Amino acid sequence: MLRVAEGCPKLCVLISVLFISGKSKEAEIKRINKELANIRSKFKGDKALDGYSKKKYVCKLLFIFLLGHDIDFGHMEAVNLLSSNRYTEKQIGYLFISVLVNSNSELIRLINNAIKNDLASRNPTFMGLALHCIANVGSREMAEAFAGEIPKILVAGDTMDSVKQSAALCLLRLYRTSPDLVPMGDWTSRVVHLLNDQHLGVVTAATSLITTLAQKNPEEFKTSVSLAVSRLSRIVTSASTDLQDYTYYFVPAPWLSVKLLRLLQCYPPPEDPAVRGRLTECLETILNKAQEPPKSKKVQHSNAKNAVLFEAISLIIHHDSEPNLLVRACNQLGQFLQHRETNLRYLALESMCTLASSEFSHEAVKTHIETVINALKTERDVSVRQRAVDLLYAMCDRSNAQQIVAEMLNYLETADYSIREEIVLKVAILAEKYAVDYTWYVDTILNLIRIAGDYVSEEVWYRVIQIVINRDDVQGYAAKTVFEALQAPACHENLVKVGGYILGEFGNLIAGDPRSSPLIQFNLLHSKFHLCSVPTRALLLSTYIKFVNLFPEIKTTIQDVLRSDSQLKNADVELQQRAVEYLRLSTIASTDILATVLEEMPPFPERESSILAKLKKKKGPGTVTDLEEIKKERSSDMNGSAEPATVVSTPSPSADLLGLGAAPATNSAPPPSSSGNLLVDVFSDSPSAVAPLAPGSDDNFARFVCKNNGVLFENQLLQIGLKSEFRQNLGRMFIFYGNKTSTQFLNFTPTVICSDDLQSSLNLQTKPVDPTVDGGAQVQQVVNIECVSDFMEAPILNIQFRYGGTFQNLSVKLPITLNKFFQPTEMSSQDFFQRWKQLSNPKQEVQNIFKAKHPMDAEITKAKIIGFGSALLEEVDPNPANFVGAGIIHTKTTQIGCLLRLEPNLQAQMYRLTLRTSKEAVSQRLCELLSEQF
Amino acid sequence: MIGGLFIYNHKGEVLISRVYRDDIGRNAVDAFRVNVIHARQQVRSPVTNIARTSFFHVKRSNIWLAAVTKQNVNAAMVFEFLYKMCDVMTAYFGKISEENIKNNFVLIYELLDEILDFGYPQNSETGALKTFITQQGIKSQTKEEQSQITSQVTGQIGWRREGIKYRRNELFLDVLESVNLLMSPQGQVLSAHVSGRVVMKSYLSGMPECKFGMNDKIVIEKQGKGTADETGKSELGSGKQSIAIDDCTFHQCVRLSKFDSERSISFIPPDGEFELMRYRTTKDIILPFRVIPLVREVGRTKLEVKVVIKSNFKPSLLAQKIEVRIPTPLNTSGVQVICMKGKAKYKASENAIVWKIKRMAGMKESQISAEIELLPTNDKKKWARPPISMNFEVPFAPSGLKVRYLKVFEPKLNYSDHDVIKWVRYIGRSGIYETRC
Repeated sequence: MLRVAEGCPKLCVLISVLFISGKSKEAEIKRINKELANIRSKFKGDKALDGYSKKKYVCKLLFIFLLGHDIDFGHMEAVNLLSSNRYTEKQIGYLFISVLVNSNSELIRLINNAIKNDLASRNPTFMGLALHCIANVGSREMAEAFAGEIPKILVAGDTMDSVKQSAALCLLRLYRTSPDLVPMGDWTSRVVHLLNDQHLGVVTAATSLITTLAQKNPEEFKTSVSLAVSRLSRIVTSASTDLQDYTYYFVPAPWLSVKLLRLLQCYPPPEDPAVRGRLTECLETILNKAQEPPKSKKVQHSNAKNAVLFEAISLIIHHDSEPNLLVRACNQLGQFLQHRETNLRYLALESMCTLASSEFSHEAVKTHIETVINALKTERDVSVRQRAVDLLYAMCDRSNAQQIVAEMLNYLETADYSIREEIVLKVAILAEKYAVDYTWYVDTILNLIRIAGDYVSEEVWYRVIQIVINRDDVQGYAAKTVFEALQAPACHENLVKVGGYILGEFGNLIAGDPRSSPLIQFNLLHSKFHLCSVPTRALLLSTYIKFVNLFPEIKTTIQDVLRSDSQLKNADVELQQRAVEYLRLSTIASTDILATVLEEMPPFPERESSILAKLKKKKGPGTVTDLEEIKKERSSDMNGSAEPATVVSTPSPSADLLGLGAAPATNSAPPPSSSGNLLVDVFSDSPSAVAPLAPGSDDNFARFVCKNNGVLFENQLLQIGLKSEFRQNLGRMFIFYGNKTSTQFLNFTPTVICSDDLQSSLNLQTKPVDPTVDGGAQVQQVVNIECVSDFMEAPILNIQFRYGGTFQNLSVKLPITLNKFFQPTEMSSQDFFQRWKQLSNPKQEVQNIFKAKHPMDAEITKAKIIGFGSALLEEVDPNPANFVGAGIIHTKTTQIGCLLRLEPNLQAQMYRLTLRTSKEAVSQRLCELLSEQF
Repeated sequence: MIGGLFIYNHKGEVLISRVYRDDIGRNAVDAFRVNVIHARQQVRSPVTNIARTSFFHVKRSNIWLAAVTKQNVNAAMVFEFLYKMCDVMTAYFGKISEENIKNNFVLIYELLDEILDFGYPQNSETGALKTFITQQGIKSQTKEEQSQITSQVTGQIGWRREGIKYRRNELFLDVLESVNLLMSPQGQVLSAHVSGRVVMKSYLSGMPECKFGMNDKIVIEKQGKGTADETGKSELGSGKQSIAIDDCTFHQCVRLSKFDSERSISFIPPDGEFELMRYRTTKDIILPFRVIPLVREVGRTKLEVKVVIKSNFKPSLLAQKIEVRIPTPLNTSGVQVICMKGKAKYKASENAIVWKIKRMAGMKESQISAEIELLPTNDKKKWARPPISMNFEVPFAPSGLKVRYLKVFEPKLNYSDHDVIKWVRYIGRSGIYETRC
């Protein structure tokens, strides 16, 4: 502004009045009001203003606007300035417009016109001003108006260099704001050739543009690679004086070099060996130059040089194909690790992190381990230390894991609070991944909990327990170690948790030693009990009941503890319930039952380490993930080797710490919820809560075996109606949910649940329904059904919604039964008996004799058999009172023929139902279904 | 309670900082400076809450006084105290300015120690303070004097010392009122109220007992009922001359119990000037001026404004310092004004036409007309038309309040009510006196 003001003495006065006198805010407002009134009267005045004063006033307005006052006039005058032929006036006009004119102004047409004129003017300064204005405004409207024109200017042969430069940058800006409006076309190939331009400024601008464009459309700009390489090699090999203006502190064109290297990072290594060789040469030269003594002591020189170097290194890492270069880059970075510039050290560590993941340079990176550890210890800047931790993590493998983990643990004691949790996670992961023997692992983690207990998240100690339980060989050692660790006067709650759990499972392994006799173990744990939070106490109570099983000799002591008022009458429901139930369990159950109930935990199924998941979440999708993938591929870690041993059995999802589900005495209570979320990760995911089946739904279910439409379920709130149609193995069911109340149902979510078996044989696709159901309204849900193979059970429809303040949850069986996929077949008596005989294998026939539940009416029975799906064959059976039917059940995989015969006995009020199908399970199921109907 | 008190100059430099409670830290000083004095937007609220700390500020010329607290205090009490503090400082060294505060900072600290104790306001009566906080050098007081001061300050009548003697017993009574009005363009009163003060300056000997009477509606009606023979007269009086007071507050010297029971205002006045009472009325207000605006838009670029003012009081009275302020649109590019009386000028810095008349008698009217030229803008916003405001001073009380009597009894000394020379003066000023246009 001041530079602008230099040409404008009056503005200088205004600025000085407002600033230098330093008056109060009120005085400033008064002065500005006066100035604005003056400008208004000048603009209003009848005689036309000359260009100079117009410029002066527009400039003042701009200044006032920049001070934070609203300006609502003067736009027209500014637009007039655009058509002036003087540079200064035009410049102020453009300045005003790029600052003040918003896109929906009516003046935009006039402005666009003026810009168009300037673009066509062939005067380079005017063209430059117009391009700058377009770029500064950069709105969609601008892009719409000029995105087509600028590429033409850019590639026109007679355009001046400076204009080309502006045009390239302007186009870049428009592309960034509205990429869809910049048309790709034949100009793109010509833009690439700008890389060969004589003028380095043009090349720099064009490189920026091409890099951005190439990221989106790599194919179109593929030719730029070879051009970029040759340009780069020319720069790199040029003497420092060759490029004159573009040499910055003896570094030839550092910006351009960096941009070219960036551009090359958009593409894989060039395939043409000549180009490739040239590029390698370039990169080598850059690395060589880094070794040369600096040509200047100025910091700008080394900054520029290092910028090029770092960009070259990231290109080398990106290509990841030249072992020689990678190692050299690594060595170069190693030198920087001890540089006195903090920024350099930071950058070196960061680049090394990525280098460590390359198979060629991994070993080279490892040689710097001492330096990095040193950096961790002595570095002053926390962000650099953080990078050092990252690098240590990245360079860790089995050979150096012990050293690195030890160093990290050491560092953890003094580490900055902000990065402690991350270090804890990393230590935990490394310890687990590269553990050669598990005693070391257990030691490390216990150490970790000791040093930084607060930062050890749930996942970490869950993982220890998972591993200890899955590995027989460490259990004894683990029990001994935790027992020793617990003897410290003050130990962290997480340690108590681990200790409680492990002693509860494996306390017997160390009970032989008189120093850790059962009673001592128990007393040790109980001494911590009162200092712990509720979840930990709950866990300890479970440990006690496990002790009852492990050490019958201290049963009475434990019972005393459980019986004490502080447990039995605890204010916390969870603790109280556990105390009561465990006490009863220990008194009632026999030793056998106790041993079954309190059996050792089965091994956990192996899956992705939850710690790793947490670290990924913490870091976001980034470097860590990639590193992990790469590492997993490279080294088959011991988790993998442990796998076969652990896939023995899968604990049931609802298993509590003790497998309470198996205990008849305590089964009545729902699984304790807080233990659920406490250990939810140790076990697998808790099943989604499904309400028990609604009463009466079975009756309704039976009715639907022989019909397709009707009301499935009804209570005071909700009515569920069905309408379904089936053809061959496909079906479609419309479920109608009617709100019988006058208030809205909120969060209305019906879900169809298939058991695991069912899922494989029945394909159900449901469309989601609107989560709110208005009072009195009805919503419809379509279920598309495909029968893959024969099935037994029926899917369950679970409905959850909020009515008033209360949460409603109900389940009904969906009447999708096997017989729905029946296709009736007519056949003669002869055919029928021929087939009947073919299916004489005893497994294929199922017979059921049962008492009639309904009056025995022949017509109704006929209707039912037809409703069931099979054809009713008349005059087939010699006894006309008997009913005979035939049909085919269509599934996606097979078709199952099916014959049935129903013989009523009116005197005894009995039926005999015989079914013969080609598949035993089908006969069974159909017989079950049909018997219910009579 | 008040945790601390800071005084800043206009640059935000701290001139006086007195912290009474430990919960106010050093950073509170900076918090107020940064968030209020140096705020980007002008802070309008007198109470600012920054990080659970409340700042109550008043501004006198370019000096900021800020009381700070972390507790939930009575804000009205805090402001009352700040105003009192300003009065006390004015009484001691005149105008509150940066220079005066710098020259008297020892005195101010001394005062602050006296009038606030652990954040609780104490005696802030200037007369009483002046007896023991003086600006002269340390004058060794005799034992008698000291004990007298002690007994006075700690006694029942802390605001007046004994043994005052004047040759001429004289008192001045000023009724100062400011009238606030918002009127619609059609002349309908949208809101109006008068806030007034009765200020007394007394030069009386001994410990005089005073009784103040005015035409309060309740008192007059009560008297009318009490004495049957006066009924006719008082009815006439109450119908026109009594006023309904909405609420009032008194100086601490007034015996509130007596006011509550008999509605009589009796007191022993402090020596010198003090504010006897404050009151507010909303009914039957005499509006001294009527403003009749006429605004006509001629196309998009011209505005014609005509404003008539009518004085509405006895022709024998003269209003003074009349000023009418007519706001102009923000895109005004030129103004021509013609007025019959006084001087009118377009002030661009304030975006208004200011019309000044020195004097104007009652029952007169005057007129101004202006042509405002506008610059067309591309802004679609319409001009908000702020109201026309007015300033004036009239020699009567717009609320209609009349002082009926002020009786002085001094049983111990031998002067009677008749010997006291009494002066009464009424001044009505404009508060926010606005008419929409």
